[in-house]
Order: sequence, then C-alpha cells, then structure tokens
Amino acid sequence: MDLTGLLAFNVLVGVGTLALITVGLGVIYGMMKIINLAHGEFMMLGAYATYVSTSAGLNIWIAMLVVAPLFVGLVGLVIERTIIRFLYGRMIDTMLATWGLSLGLIGLTTSIFGNDPRGVSTPLHSFAIGRFDASLYGIVIIVVAVAALVGLFAMLRGTRFGLIVRATMQNPNMAAALGVAPPMIYMATFALGAALAGLAGGVLVPISGVSPVMGAAFIAKAFITVLGGGAAIVTGTALASTLFGIINELVSFKSTPVIGEVALLLAAVVMIRVLPQGITGRFLKRSL
Amino acid sequence: MTPRRKMPAISAGFISVVIVGIVLLLGLPYLTDTFGLLQMTVFAAMAIFALSQGFVWGFGGILCFGQSAFLGLGGYAYAVAALNMGDTTWPVILSVIVPMLFAALLGYFMFYGRISDAYIGVITLTVTIILFNLINSTSGDIYHIGAAPLGGFNGIPSVPALNIPGHPDDQLDPQGLWYAAMGALILCYVILRMILASRFGRVVVAIRENETRAQLLGYDPRMFKLLTFVIGAGVAGLAGCVYTNWGAFISPTVFNLTMSAQVIIYVLIGGLGTLVGPILGAVGIQYLIILAGGQHVIDPNLLLGVVLVAFVLLVPQGLVPVVRNVFLRFRPIRREVPVMTPEPPLSGHAEPGQ
Repeated sequence: MDLTGLLAFNVLVGVGTLALITVGLGVIYGMMKIINLAHGEFMMLGAYATYVSTSAGLNIWIAMLVVAPLFVGLVGLVIERTIIRFLYGRMIDTMLATWGLSLGLIGLTTSIFGNDPRGVSTPLHSFAIGRFDASLYGIVIIVVAVAALVGLFAMLRGTRFGLIVRATMQNPNMAAALGVAPPMIYMATFALGAALAGLAGGVLVPISGVSPVMGAAFIAKAFITVLGGGAAIVTGTALASTLFGIINELVSFKSTPVIGEVALLLAAVVMIRVLPQGITGRFLKRSL
Repeated sequence: MTPRRKMPAISAGFISVVIVGIVLLLGLPYLTDTFGLLQMTVFAAMAIFALSQGFVWGFGGILCFGQSAFLGLGGYAYAVAALNMGDTTWPVILSVIVPMLFAALLGYFMFYGRISDAYIGVITLTVTIILFNLINSTSGDIYHIGAAPLGGFNGIPSVPALNIPGHPDDQLDPQGLWYAAMGALILCYVILRMILASRFGRVVVAIRENETRAQLLGYDPRMFKLLTFVIGAGVAGLAGCVYTNWGAFISPTVFNLTMSAQVIIYVLIGGLGTLVGPILGAVGIQYLIILAGGQHVIDPNLLLGVVLVAFVLLVPQGLVPVVRNVFLRFRPIRREVPVMTPEPPLSGHAEPGQ
C-alpha cells in the first residue's frame, strides 16, 4: 500500500515534470509552427540564471520563479528579433537555425562557466508516505506545472492579448487587416515560450543540477510530448504528458530510468503511426 | 536551355571527382607522415558520413537530424562483431546491415505514418538522444554482447583493426587503413551517383520536388523515401566502421548531438543537392574544428553554432551550388544543365491544390 502511494506520487511528479519541460516548447510550436531546437538550452539558461542569482544571495524562490523566466524571456526576445524573424514560413531553416543557436548557447556557457556541473540545494525536505520518504519538492513541481498550464489557458481564453494571439495564430493576414501587428505578436509569443522554458529550467535546478549540456537530457522527452500532444497547446501538453509520464515512470520503476525513456520513445513512435497529428489532431480538436 | 535534359550517369564532373579521389588515394601516403595520414583517414570517415546525409537530405528531401544514430550503430556493430569474430569481413558487412535494418524499422513507422518533414527531424533526433542514453548506461560487466563489453560512457577500447579478408592476422597498418577509408569514400560516391542516375534515383528526386505529383504518376512516395533512408543509413554505418577503425575505439559520443549537428553543417555548407558539396563541407569543417580545438580560445560548439546560423541566414544553398552558378554564368555557350541541381521552384507559378 505504501509502495503504491509512493509510486502514485512519483507518477504525478513525473507527469508534472514532463508538462513543465514541454509547455514552453508547445507555446512556440503550437502558435508559430516553429520547432525550437534550442528549447533545452533555454532551460539551461534558466537553470544558470537561478544558480547565479542564488549564489549571489538571492532568495531561491524568487530566483527560480521570477529571475529565471524573466531572464530567458528577454533572451528569447533578442533571439527572435535577431534571427528567428527572418525565417518565418521556412520551417526547416528555422529548425536548423535554432539548432545552431543551441550549439552556440552550449559553447557560450561552456566558455563562461566551464564544463563542470554545479548544483543548487533543494529548499524543502522530505515527507513520509507510510514507510517511505518522498521529496516535498515534488509537490512544488506539480504545483508549478499545473499553474503554468492553467495560467496559460486562462490567458489564451480570458484576456484580450490571448484573443489577439489566437486570431493571429489562425489567420495572420486577417488579424493584420484588423489592426494587429503580427510581428509583435510573434515576438511576444516567442518570448513567452522562452520564459516558460526558463521557468522549467529554474524549477528543475534542485533536482537536475546545472551544466552546459543539461538541455539534451530534457529535449527528447519535450519533443516527443509536443508531437504526441498535437496542435492544441494546453490540452495536448496535459494529455500527452499524462500518457507519457505514466509510461515513463512505471517502466522506470520496474527497470531503469533509461529503459523508461526508451519505453516513452517507443510509445511515441507507435502513437505517431496511429495518430500522425498527435492526440489533439484527432480528438478534442476545438480545444486550446 | 536545351529542350531535353539528359541525366548522364558518367559526366565530366563525376569523372573528375573520381580521378581526384584516386590521385589522393594513391598520392597522399607519399606526401604526409603517419599522423597526417591518420588525420586524413578521419576526414574520409566524416566525408562518407556527410555523403549519407547529403544523399538522404539533399536528394531524398528527408531531413534526418539523427544521422549519427546510424554512424554509431555501424561503429558499434563493427566493434562488437570484430571482438567476437576475429576476422573483420563479416563485421564490416554487419556495420552496414545493422543500421539499415534499424532504419527500415524506424522509417516504416515514420514514412508509413505519413508524418511531416519537421516531425521526421524531431523523431530522428530523439532516437539519437535515446540511443546515446541507452549505450551510456551500459557500464558494468553485465552489459556485454558475446566477448565484447559495451563499457558505457567509457566505450569499447582496442577494437581490432581491419584485416585482409580471411586472414585475421594481417591487420592493416595506418597506410592500409587510409587506402581502405579513401577507397570506401570513392566507392560510396560512385554507388550513390549510380543510384541517382538510375530510374530509382530520378523517382526519389521527383518525390523531393513534388510529392503529390509523383504520387499521381503512380509512385509510392512512402516506399521510395523508406528505401532512400535505408540506403543513407547503410552508408552512415560504413562511415561508423571506418571511424571506429581510425581510433580502434568507439564510445557513445558518436551518438551525441554535436555529431548529428556536424553532419548537417557539412551538407548545408557544401551544398544541398550535390554529392561533392558534403564531402568538401566535411573536410572544411573538420579542419576548422581542429584549428579551433588547437588554440583553446573558441569553444568548438560555439563555432559550429555560429557557422550554422550564419549559413542558414545568409547562404542557405551552400557553397558548391553558389560557386557553380557563378561559374555557369560566365560560361558563354553550350549551357549544359547541371546534372543534379535541384530546380528552384518557379515563383508566381502556382500549382492547383498546392
């Protein structure tokens, strides 16, 4: 019984982690049809922002929840203005450019901070599930992931900005004719996606550590989840992270985390064969 | 423009490339020392790898972000088989066949699932990352295939070198290895060129140009793409075999993202839709990396990243097509249509249903 409880908790944390690392990628892909191969490096920048600001004495919660997303959002803004905006409508070229970006960011951070991994200590302790100890920090991850998804949903559904974003997404020319400036919306969307990646990086620092190449650890899972989710950002991310999170955690529990990741990939490849447009390409099409 | 375009299997360009290749193959051992020759051997391995990507991406229109998966599988297949068998004839064949089988399986799900180009890029990328993690986690004595320990992140050391077929004791020295590597490069170039000149190759290019139209003409794009992908995987596997021989060593780094990125950059810089371009791109970038690595100022990743972004933004066709276009512009008469140049889509010529 205790073991079931622990396993259930771990599955929830796994699902939350997956949703958190995916949502920023989903925003950029779902709205702009840009596959951002630098997503993992955006997370890495968020992690470094958290690491540097806590080392400088800042409160860790402010560092991971405020500084990391703001900093990476700003970086995203600059990148959109200098590189991405010249490549709209050229999907493959954007992938190549963001990949170049990811290599460049890895190289740059290595030059500044060196290769060695660093860590930030977990701010919370553990709690007991029966005979077992579970990390209280897992709850933080779940809460932040839910907050990010719900917040995104509320923003897209409820605010004027969300309305404009959705309109631009569906028909940029029509939106432009109605007085919206699509370039500005694209810029804001890219920055938002980058900020969410930064948030994920910041929140995951205590459990993953910081190193220039940490992005690669997340990027495979994030991509698979976005592809599995399909076009709808919030619903797709939530559904796909739930599905893949459960598969990943259960298989990892039975064998090793690496085998869990392999199972996740196999599930995704098989699912792509059945649902080429992802879950929300077939079901829940009208959702966000 | 000539009204009828011929696609000759044997063109002046093809012959000159092969001649230059053979001259290098025979002449280089007299020009450099053993160290230089070893350096050139790894350049040849990378050039074969670049050819595989150039074929799959430039002609098949399949953007594979994880070509290093096949390089690594080929390398590991060779290493494991060579350690188990002694004689290296079968290991070489296996280094081609294992990646092809893997590509056939993966490609079936991708192409018959009819996922879009961008998804193919992402799926192949994730496959590479997962192979990296998988092999990386095999340290310890329990992970071995026959007599070959997989060794996790430490890789497999002291892999037996190639030997004369049937004579396990006649292992190749560095010079012999150079002949084998450069010979393999020339062979791959010739084979790919022949494939492209064949009916199969023309259909592959036709599908790249317009998949719907090719399908309406009765060709199944899924099958042709799958076969292209599988051929590319085999060539990449051979590159992995040469690469493993070069260092007598293989480790999971063959699967890492830098390796996949490098090969994309070779092709992009050399030129999409050519076979010579990727080879030249491979040699040029490898040389640049060695220069950057030697001076310890610029991180190689930073350099690769900047080069990649700059080329995507400024010279998306790559160098060889640009140079060739300049060259063709100054050639007054007898404008032969370049054999393998992809035709730029005619602007303002909208096809119904596009």
